[in-house]
Amino acid sequence: MQIIQPHYHAIARTAQDYERMAMSGVVAVCEPAFWAGFDRRYPETFIDYFAQISEFEPTRAAQYGIRHFCWVAVNPKEAENKELTKDVLQAMPEFLQKPTCLGVGETGLHKSTPNEIDALQAHVELAMKHEQLVLIHTPHLSDKLHGTKTVLEVLDGLDIDRSRIWIDHVEENTVKSVLDAGYWAGMTLYPITKCSPRRAVDILEKYGKERLLVNSSADWGPSDPFTLQECVLEYKLRGHSTQEAIEIFHNNPCRFLGQNPKWNILPVRIDAQS
Amino acid sequence: MMLKPHQILDTYYLEARRDLLELAALFDRYDAAVKREGSSPRKEEKHDILHRALLYLADSDSSEGGRTNALLDLFSEI
Repeated sequence: MQIIQPHYHAIARTAQDYERMAMSGVVAVCEPAFWAGFDRRYPETFIDYFAQISEFEPTRAAQYGIRHFCWVAVNPKEAENKELTKDVLQAMPEFLQKPTCLGVGETGLHKSTPNEIDALQAHVELAMKHEQLVLIHTPHLSDKLHGTKTVLEVLDGLDIDRSRIWIDHVEENTVKSVLDAGYWAGMTLYPITKCSPRRAVDILEKYGKERLLVNSSADWGPSDPFTLQECVLEYKLRGHSTQEAIEIFHNNPCRFLGQNPKWNILPVRIDAQS
Repeated sequence: MMLKPHQILDTYYLEARRDLLELAALFDRYDAAVKREGSSPRKEEKHDILHRALLYLADSDSSEGGRTNALLDLFSEI
């Protein structure tokens, strides 16, 4: 079965990930800009990072037959540095023109501070100005509920196209508000601190397939790209067909990401269902 | 040196949080299936055992190691 990994931090992973993902059906990964584990001090550091994910990483993925796409942004954790954020935002339009760059992300909130909110607004406005897709990170653990409400409030005040915005890391207590507001919602499968494969399938069974994405967001911390395959397996073991699984784990990413013409992977339909 | 009480919570809180969420999701999944079937749930022994296990966990007066022993004894019933 063909799978798309919509949120994956490849530079933090080894080539073995690519090899195993390719062997298990992954045809494309998308790499949003991420926090490095420490707060970067210079805009040039971001510029080199954006070059790495927009120029070098596609070549590494291609060795395993996997398409690699990216997003660019200042991470919410670094938004307290207003000068840095401003300088990086000024440099981003150059990268938005790269052939594999899909949009602005992951922006969003971490502790929902005034500076983070300013940075989120600036990122979304830049994306809309350049007709880009947006990927929004919602906070972790105890900050998630409040942070997600704040993200929705911030977006309410902006002139946006909601169908071009994906709000990520939703869980049972935040998914409905995101979907009801007309955005795409992403479920991130982490071993401990986010959604689990079983809970993600519960959410899919409750809310249906429309405007829902599933990803592993595998990075340098405790995470595992194959939580996505665990979720596919759980979904199918509960009696859902292969085509239904394809709709969620391949075709939905194509539907959202395909709003950017650089994404040229089309939804697939199998003739015989198993 | 063995872990202090607060270190135990610091070390294992997130795993316990995850496990409790999985348990909550299991009960939600069960309730959704009952509703989907459109009938009253029949007496389910495993469901009852899990509920009784939660009561043991909520008992703050359990003696040292008592909760785990109690749950193992409980799970021995089926």
